[in-house]
Amino acid sequence: MIPLLKIRNLNKRFGGLHAVNAVSFDLKKGAIKAVIGPNGAGKTTLFNLICGALAADSGAVEFDSQPILGLKPYQIAASGIARTFQNIKMFPGMTALENVMVGLHTKSRAGFWAGMLHLPSTLCEEKRIRDRAYELLELLDIAQFADIEARSLAFGQQRAVEFARALASDPTLLLLDEPAAGLNIYETAEVARLITKIQQQGITVLLVEHDMSLVMDISDEIVVLSFGQHIAEGTPSEIQHNKEVIQIYLGE
Amino acid sequence: MATKKITTIALLVTVVVIVQIGTQLTGTSYYLTQLTMTMYSCLLIIGLCLVMGYAGQISLGHAGFFAIGGYTSASLTTLNVLPSLESGSSCVHLLNSFGLLTASTSMYGDPLLRIHPWIAFVVAITLTALIAFALGIPVLKLKGHYLAMATLGFGIIIFRIVLAMAFFGEADGISDVPGFTLLPGLTVTGNIEERIVNYYIAAAVLISGFVLLLNLIDSRVGRALRAIHGAEDAADAMGINTARYKLYTFVLSAVFAAIAGVLLTHYTGGISPSDAGVMKSVRYVAIVAIGGMASLWGALAMGGVLNFLSLRGLFGSYDDAVFGAILIIIMLFAPEGVLRLSLWSTLKRFKVER
Amino acid sequence: MSLDLFSQYIFAGITYGIIYAIVAIGFNIIYNTTGIINFAQGEFVMLGGMTAISFNHFIPLPMAIIAAVLFTMLIGALIEIVFIRWLESPSVLRMIIITIGLSIIIREIALHVWGDTVRALPYFTGNVVSSVTLLGASISPQVLWVLAVCSCIVVLLSLFFKFTPLGKEMQACAANRLAATLCGINAKNMVTFSFMLSAAIGAVAGCVVSPITSSQYDMGTGLAIKGFTVAVLGGLGNSMAAVAAGLLLGILEAFSIAVGFPLAFQDAISISILLIILFVRPHGLFGNKEAASLKEF
Repeated sequence: MIPLLKIRNLNKRFGGLHAVNAVSFDLKKGAIKAVIGPNGAGKTTLFNLICGALAADSGAVEFDSQPILGLKPYQIAASGIARTFQNIKMFPGMTALENVMVGLHTKSRAGFWAGMLHLPSTLCEEKRIRDRAYELLELLDIAQFADIEARSLAFGQQRAVEFARALASDPTLLLLDEPAAGLNIYETAEVARLITKIQQQGITVLLVEHDMSLVMDISDEIVVLSFGQHIAEGTPSEIQHNKEVIQIYLGE
Repeated sequence: MATKKITTIALLVTVVVIVQIGTQLTGTSYYLTQLTMTMYSCLLIIGLCLVMGYAGQISLGHAGFFAIGGYTSASLTTLNVLPSLESGSSCVHLLNSFGLLTASTSMYGDPLLRIHPWIAFVVAITLTALIAFALGIPVLKLKGHYLAMATLGFGIIIFRIVLAMAFFGEADGISDVPGFTLLPGLTVTGNIEERIVNYYIAAAVLISGFVLLLNLIDSRVGRALRAIHGAEDAADAMGINTARYKLYTFVLSAVFAAIAGVLLTHYTGGISPSDAGVMKSVRYVAIVAIGGMASLWGALAMGGVLNFLSLRGLFGSYDDAVFGAILIIIMLFAPEGVLRLSLWSTLKRFKVER
Repeated sequence: MSLDLFSQYIFAGITYGIIYAIVAIGFNIIYNTTGIINFAQGEFVMLGGMTAISFNHFIPLPMAIIAAVLFTMLIGALIEIVFIRWLESPSVLRMIIITIGLSIIIREIALHVWGDTVRALPYFTGNVVSSVTLLGASISPQVLWVLAVCSCIVVLLSLFFKFTPLGKEMQACAANRLAATLCGINAKNMVTFSFMLSAAIGAVAGCVVSPITSSQYDMGTGLAIKGFTVAVLGGLGNSMAAVAAGLLLGILEAFSIAVGFPLAFQDAISISILLIILFVRPHGLFGNKEAASLKEF
């Protein structure tokens, strides 16, 4: 089977620091794959390379058999890769519902003229977006917060809104950057439940995470990075017993 | 949603009518001249508000766009094309055959043949849009200080060009600009007899512009702009082409400025280099800032009040200084604008919690 | 073009160029400690020149210049203490607007105090017609004053930042404000000091150049734009590169007139250069792209 995401020999340097060093791995369709590693291993850099926020020095990334390296972030987003941010980036001054409506950007078309004139077709589309956004909030059990400014919600609820916003574009691949960062254990458990729920919708998930219990619980496969290099890859139990990985985490 | 929009329009129309009747009853209809000029300036200001408050881009060059609009229309409509018609210019012939030239006589009784203001209007707006587009592509990649300086630089270049070129009347500017007949019987002109009509023309243009922008910010595009302003990388990740949205917004607001420039030039009958000056651009920015950056209502209200007071000469020779001082005070104590002081936001929060 | 004429233009270019460089260094000093571009930088130059002219009615020229520099330093300090010091991490947009507002106020006050007449300080030595011949060009001795004083400023500044404790503390603040604070440096005082320093060198430049270019209440904006062009050309924050960039712009302007470019468009040249540089190499001719991208603009 052709992998959904194919990363080959990806490189990124920041001056003297080789942040991502010849990293290659595949991501099977429908799987949950986690990228783990100590601080500074290059996980977030890898993410930013995949979604186009940073330009890679060399290598190749193929999504759905199409090369995506060098595309602009919005083009990559439009091609079906959605992402969340480590420090949840809710749009300020917008309600939870509006945040999700922004997520539906690629699923709607109204431009400047339509926006200014508020044509019947535009109003119709607007209603469709609003209803769909509400559905997504319901799916993630946060519909009761729809009209509250997203930034004033609790951290765990903001995380859920962010998931809804990412799902709004109907992605085939969802990149989650430390989804449990800053959450307490109950909220983390809730996030784990949401991620499996997302997987059941047929969406492939790639996540970067520090919380080992979360990673071991939900992932089908794990990639371990250290100092930008690919160290190990396998199922959670394989990784748990991998000597090299234990050495990285526990030291000599 | 629709009722809200109708209420908005009704409110604005009521204010406009009450003010007109008020001036009539108190015998102060000379105020209408300054009010008309104020409303054209407000058109520019709400356009700038869209760029600064919603797209989050500063522009210190909007007087430049105003001047491109005003000067293009003024120079085209004061140009006598009779000699080129007689010398057989095919272009002028073509315009003439479509009835797009207007004949008149000069002060000395010589026959004049001039380009119709509608042609000048279309040329002015197209030219402004093209310049804004060409400028916007590189400029909007910049941020913060660099964007401010680049737009300021653009404004100064326009100022230098109109000041240095004989075609634009150098330091005197262009005067004796004819009226702009929008429709038969509806002319933008400074004639005293048509003062009330012109007041309503300006009000109609401003209210239409305002409603268009209110619609825009309450749409998919408006949400995208607010998203870009709030968190550009997250907006990118939502599939929003941030560069294109910024550019289109910039062009749109430049067009608003150019329309204001064309109409105000025909209304006052002239334009001078000071209209393209840096101080004008700064003043527009000041008004948007005072109105609260991301508030079209604030920009409209503050633009109306401050422009009117300034045109009435209330600030005397301290006019510029007053704007400078207001600018600093607002930025120091109420960077969110005067309409959003803490009391206001407390009330709003209360409403949400309830 | 004859060699004499050539060196004539070169000297004219260098004179203006070094003034631009001084304004650019003024931008850099404040930018380095605060991350703010002080849009009122040109006003310091104007204030220096204008106050020196006024003081010179009562006291001899050298005293008047010193008094003017001290006065401008005081204004610089006041600006920082009253308007900047107490703001908690203001946004760039807010700072741009505040400093623009300040520049307008200073200019308007100057207009009301001095009117819009063009004034000038007397020549430091000799008079309008006296000249010295250097490399075949006959130049006013004032040009030599400008070159000497401005070169001194540049050298003294670099010595100051390298060798004095205060200079090192300012450098530390520029490199990492938080770390400097943790080492016991009062970062807020450093910012006040950077405004004073930047006002002082602006005022000195305003004084030495006044006999040649004259002073007027509205000279600040033009100088600020050119100074900023030079600062960007050299890479924002890099003062040595600003000197090179300043000379480059000054000479370019001088020769644009030599080849018959209309004087009225002279400003347009530097602004076009600014725009081109911003579009093509925003980190400056001598700047480092990677380092520039790390800074917050």
